[in-house]
Amino acid sequence: MPLLEVEGLNAYYGETQALHGVSFALEAGGITTLLGANGAGKTTTLRAVCGMVPTKGTVRFDGRPVAGRPTEEIVRLGVGHVPEGRGTFTTLTVEENLRVAAYTRRDRAAAQRDLDMVFEYFPILKVRLGQQAGTLSGGEQQMLAISRALMLGPRLMLLDEPSFGLAPLIVQEIFRIMRRINAEAKVSMLLVEQNAALALDLADHAYVLETGRIVMSGKAAQIKSDAGVRKSYLGY
Amino acid sequence: MEQLIQQVASGLANGAIYASLALALVMIFVSTNHINFAQGEMAMFSAYLAWQLMEWGLNVWLALPLVMALSFAAGVAIERSILRPLHSAPVLAVVVVFIGLLTIFHALAGGIWTHTIKAVPSPFPQVTFPGSAYIGSHQLGMIAITIAVLLALFAFFRFTPLGLAMRAAAQNPASARLAGISVDWMLALGWGLAAAVGAVAGCMVAPAVYLEPNMMASILLYGFAGALVGGISSPGGAVAGGFIVGVLENLIAYLGNVIERATGVYIVGNGEKLTVALVIVIAVLTLKPSGLFGRVTVQRV
Repeated sequence: MPLLEVEGLNAYYGETQALHGVSFALEAGGITTLLGANGAGKTTTLRAVCGMVPTKGTVRFDGRPVAGRPTEEIVRLGVGHVPEGRGTFTTLTVEENLRVAAYTRRDRAAAQRDLDMVFEYFPILKVRLGQQAGTLSGGEQQMLAISRALMLGPRLMLLDEPSFGLAPLIVQEIFRIMRRINAEAKVSMLLVEQNAALALDLADHAYVLETGRIVMSGKAAQIKSDAGVRKSYLGY
Repeated sequence: MEQLIQQVASGLANGAIYASLALALVMIFVSTNHINFAQGEMAMFSAYLAWQLMEWGLNVWLALPLVMALSFAAGVAIERSILRPLHSAPVLAVVVVFIGLLTIFHALAGGIWTHTIKAVPSPFPQVTFPGSAYIGSHQLGMIAITIAVLLALFAFFRFTPLGLAMRAAAQNPASARLAGISVDWMLALGWGLAAAVGAVAGCMVAPAVYLEPNMMASILLYGFAGALVGGISSPGGAVAGGFIVGVLENLIAYLGNVIERATGVYIVGNGEKLTVALVIVIAVLTLKPSGLFGRVTVQRV
């Protein structure tokens, strides 16, 4: 059974329809990427999965229908969303940012283990613990955003352009750690990226979106090696 | 000199009330960006509830926590039932609802308990203590209770997970939802806490000014002024602002008296306290729009 199953998903911003019958499935344990140009509907798809935009269609997480449920309920089922723009609680400290992410967890011991895990992946956050989160660098805020999602104890992580606005070296480091999180913490990932080359290196499955529709899907390696697809949809 | 100390002390006592009300206003403002104009009337209604409970023979120290709890529940209920459908409504619609709530509570209090003023005994015993010459025991009690409530709130927001979740929901609602926090409930809790803090203000001020439906009208203005002077986005600033406005209005009247006695020229007196206080508020806001202690958010882009 797929961990996440999306069928005939439509999403709307007011009168404007942003997704037209998007369908895809994501197997547990893997990394899937959604590619496409600006405005193709990548971010909207992630937001639709989390109930952050009005939708029609089916979304099943772990076999459970979640479309139409409030965001906070979907999140509590184990969906960690690393949002566009990082979603930092800028006036709270780094420590409070991490603690608030574990707010709904009943198992305090597990939350503590996850905190230790976060510090192992991102030691810099331990140094910054008492600092106001708005003062962190862009890369550090992205690490904090991923860490907040981890503190939920998620089974699926939705990552919205984690490379956005970051220096290439930092991007490499973050992607390396994402691979480790996927392998070690057994967190499946749905990754949205502008940088298709980077995303296809990390992912094992890929879907290509164009103006709110899925136009192509397949193994990441296949899509990567198909020069025609690269030229027409991915722009490199 | 003695008179000056007296004026400062009673200014602090009034300031405690303004501070409580300012804090109630800020608590709703930080999470919704709305100023609840009905906050004062809600506090007045709470004071009537306390008076009624005491009339029925309840001890004041039982009545006060009970009224706080009732006000909390009413605040939550008002948010859930009346303001929930207006979450994405234009701000003017919400303002109209606040004014509606104001008149409703005003009319309800007048209808249930009539408009005749009622004397409310102070809950604090009349005792002599060092400094009694400068400050009455009710005033001292008012300051003590206010500070206790403020400290309790501070501890709640600073040290409890729920307080942290409320701060997170106020600061970044979208991210708070992604952390699994029910932002809607946090707003309702904020309303409940504001109503409870307002209830304390109402119950403390009633013995000082007599209980009547108009009791909170000018006090709400002072509370609003305090919140603005201190910084409407900062709870600590609002409290400081409340105390500042309280002391300031007394000092202005005192200064006016001194000048009048020395020169025979009347410039300001008790009658102009509110006017001068509001002029100062305008001056502060012109020079420093975020208020004296308003939070300047550090953000890297």
